[in-house]
Amino acid sequence: MDTGAVFERDVMRHLDAAYNLARWLARNDQDAEDVVQEAMLRAFRFFGGFRGGDAKVWLLAIVRNTFYTQCARSPAAGSIDEFDEAIHGGAEHDDPQSLLLRAADAQNLHAALERLPPEFREVLVLRELEECSYKEIASITNLKIGTVMSRLARARERLQRELTGKEVAA
Amino acid sequence: MNCQDMRLLLHAYLDDELGAADSLAVARHLAGCADCTQRLRAYTRLRDDVRAAGLYRPAPSALRARIAARWQTVQLRRQGSEALVADAVSDHVRSLLPGHLIDVRTSNEHTVKPWFDGRVDFSPQVKDLSAQGFELVGGRLDVLDGKQVAALVYKRHLHTINLFQWPGNGTAASPPRTRDGYHVLEWNDAGLHFVAVSSVAESDLQVFERAFRAEPGAASETAH
Repeated sequence: MDTGAVFERDVMRHLDAAYNLARWLARNDQDAEDVVQEAMLRAFRFFGGFRGGDAKVWLLAIVRNTFYTQCARSPAAGSIDEFDEAIHGGAEHDDPQSLLLRAADAQNLHAALERLPPEFREVLVLRELEECSYKEIASITNLKIGTVMSRLARARERLQRELTGKEVAA
Repeated sequence: MNCQDMRLLLHAYLDDELGAADSLAVARHLAGCADCTQRLRAYTRLRDDVRAAGLYRPAPSALRARIAARWQTVQLRRQGSEALVADAVSDHVRSLLPGHLIDVRTSNEHTVKPWFDGRVDFSPQVKDLSAQGFELVGGRLDVLDGKQVAALVYKRHLHTINLFQWPGNGTAASPPRTRDGYHVLEWNDAGLHFVAVSSVAESDLQVFERAFRAEPGAASETAH
């Protein structure tokens, strides 16, 4: 099979995954399309250097890098991850009474997920929507598996708080 | 294991990412801790809600079509360029057969250049590179990519370099390629497309390209 056919078989079929990640990172259609188009161009160019492995992980890593490269140009894109980890890193475990036990409304969920910092949003999207393993998330985000685990835990705690509107006492 | 340890492990447990020993320890803790059991239930619920909320954003079909079209163009261009390289190498090999290399034999650029007048419908660049270690030995007409092209022949020690040129800005300058043991370099300059083929070392061919592009050449003869 020639390179072209292999690319279509292995990479193009992950276009939905690429767009889903880009859309949740960029939070609007136009930027997401720009990111995906640029990422696919890079993928075309670098596919010769792709030596097997998981094409989905490979492509999503390119999408993510493309997003952060494009965002670095705009001053508005700032990370509040460090702030968040500093404030909540040593926080107590969630009070179980504060947790949301009724079904979360889809619209609220959508808005709450959009409000999360990108570092939290991306691990949640990769885990819950793409159903990636911790190892896959680690490869895509270039983080250690332990960091993926703690970031996912914090991301879910944050999402809970966004949904219940309650802050956990520090 | 206490509740604080559970803060991270609970999520890895929920995601089925724990090894057997940790998994068992978490299960034991849960069996005796109503609070953590409640947390696990809440986070399981949250996960299920997130997955059920229709949050997945598939690629719009217009974007998919645009990318597929782009991909096709890239592929066609790549195939075209592969074919051109194959063609250039086969011309090069044929030129090495006895009697095929040179139509006009001279090391004088001012003889080679006028020789092409009336034989090709453009004015080829002809340059004497003997100072740089590439001796011009002559030129000939050849056919490449279905077009009549000018071929200049240079010698580097015992190696022959064929430099094909014709009007156009075909493939943008690409990295050196190797086919059947021959190196091929392509570049564009002043509205002409150049393809150099040789068995010299790849680095020598790159030196040749730089030397050729830097040398003013016989075009200046009109100024004499």
